[in-house]
Amino acid sequence: MDMAGTKSNSQAIKVRTICVTVVMVFLAIISLLPVYILIVNATRTSQQIVESGVSLIPGLNLFENIKNLNALSEAGTVEYNALRGYLNSAVIAFSTTFLTVLFSCMTAYGLVVYDFRFKNAAYTIILAVMMIPVQVTSVGFYQFMSKLGLTDSYFPLIIPAIAAPSVVFFMRQSMKSTFPLEIVEAARIDGCSEFRTFFTIGIPMMKPAIAVQAIFAFVANWNNYYMPSMILISRNKEQLTLPMMVNTILSNEKLSDYGVRYVSIFLSIIPVVIVYFIFSRFIVEGVALGGVKE
Amino acid sequence: MASGSNGKIRSISYARYGYIFILPFFIVYAIFQVYPLLNTFYLSTQSNGSVVTESVGLQNFAAILSGSGGRAFKAVHENFIRVMGNTLILWFGNFIPQIVLSLLLAAWFTDAFLKIKGKGFYKIVMYMPNIITAASVAALFVMLFADSQFGAINKMLMNMHILDAPKNFVTGQTTSRVIIMFIQTWMWFGNTTIMLMSGIMGINPSLFEAANIDGATPTQQFFQITIPLLRPIMLYTMVTSMIGGLQMFDMPYLFNMGTAQNRHTETIAVFIYNHFHNLKPNYGYSGASSVILFIVTAVLGGICFIFNKDDDPKAKERRSSKAALKSKLGGL
Repeated sequence: MDMAGTKSNSQAIKVRTICVTVVMVFLAIISLLPVYILIVNATRTSQQIVESGVSLIPGLNLFENIKNLNALSEAGTVEYNALRGYLNSAVIAFSTTFLTVLFSCMTAYGLVVYDFRFKNAAYTIILAVMMIPVQVTSVGFYQFMSKLGLTDSYFPLIIPAIAAPSVVFFMRQSMKSTFPLEIVEAARIDGCSEFRTFFTIGIPMMKPAIAVQAIFAFVANWNNYYMPSMILISRNKEQLTLPMMVNTILSNEKLSDYGVRYVSIFLSIIPVVIVYFIFSRFIVEGVALGGVKE
Repeated sequence: MASGSNGKIRSISYARYGYIFILPFFIVYAIFQVYPLLNTFYLSTQSNGSVVTESVGLQNFAAILSGSGGRAFKAVHENFIRVMGNTLILWFGNFIPQIVLSLLLAAWFTDAFLKIKGKGFYKIVMYMPNIITAASVAALFVMLFADSQFGAINKMLMNMHILDAPKNFVTGQTTSRVIIMFIQTWMWFGNTTIMLMSGIMGINPSLFEAANIDGATPTQQFFQITIPLLRPIMLYTMVTSMIGGLQMFDMPYLFNMGTAQNRHTETIAVFIYNHFHNLKPNYGYSGASSVILFIVTAVLGGICFIFNKDDDPKAKERRSSKAALKSKLGGL
């Protein structure tokens, strides 16, 4: 777009730019402030937090707080065990991400590459169910799982990840616009089996879409509080995910060390914050495009 | 079927692979989504307060919607009305500031005349709250605003002599709601901004150029071009946000934990959860309110579909993919 402005116009633009920048800086500060306050409080002693409440100057007590948290956890006073939490959340997040991405790719591939009678019906069903909120089915899901004796197990948290309608939708969109079907034909002529074609040609060609979906799936599953708290009813210490452990800290009225309280929340968000800042450009673009390459 | 050209035979012989590739999805979907949905409908006609249920017909719906038939039913009805009210208030209170803020930001980010440095940085920072564990965010705010003098905000305000005694931020009706509205807005305005931005970028730039040549001010352009042309996508954002708002769980649930119960922030999702997540589950009430929630969501989804229908297919696909992304992220 060419600048059509005159001199007086450019003066006005300058003023507007300054005003807008001020608002943006303000909103950026608001966006970061709660996390910053969390970090500051995680580095202060309980005494300091109780005395001054909120501060912008970090303390020096981060490692001491982590040590205290671990000591309390070993003594059994708190159910928050950071390493255990990381491990449990990672097991669930990695396996669900893997299943979601692999089977969504497969389903999308089946819908794009092959022609079969119920193809459009299958796709319509996927579109229709995409918007059903999990809260609507959770009573039925929970009762079903408790009848099968599967509560307190990771099975109901991981296996359903195979069916992720919205991810299938994205994968199909991106395949439709980027995947050359001739390449499948060529592979067939060379005698490549259908599954081998999928794994050696299909998956590598979908890599960009897979990366975006994998990041979103990982973050969503790592952050998920609803499903684990619904299924892991015994609140077995060994099984808790990080968000559930944060919850035990919150409801623990005996825990009077505020440094420990804040550091436990701090430890729970550090992994996603790191993942975010590594992939941020990618993630923001993914949201803008809706994961679809055009 | 076997007759036909060579090509046709080939496409038929590969068709079974299509089924094989989509089969795992549909098997798992049937077991873990369709059956639970049907089971929810079934449970909505069952009795309450025990693991073993018996059929009570539509009594649960009557109890929830009208409260007729006894004291216990009346209590359930009143609670249902209360949590629906809470849900609407909390949704409304986060949607309005969110859409206003996001519209402004989206218009600024896409304004070709503004020379803002570091746009990419602002976008990344403003989107960040969206990816942080909601449960941890809730815990952080509950601790910061804790009711006693040990709450960080209370202590700070008392040190500054703004407050004489600690205020009940977390259990107070207005304060707890405002805090949750703030958190939800904080978490979602970056996401909505990015969505509206791609909507604005889809507007033909020559419209803005022409308006500029005609001497329209930025404010005029915003209200005369951007807003009217964004109306469909804004309505769409609103409806998907409403569907998301009906699912609001983590924040209100965690505000109920800890030191005190808070009836002012209990949402419909928390209500459903609390009814079935018991030693003696109230499957009936839980199921019936889920069915009501399902119908409301379906109506809202239908409205979305109608909005979508009038547009060109490409915009429609883009938009539904964004909505899907939002719903996947537990969107609001």
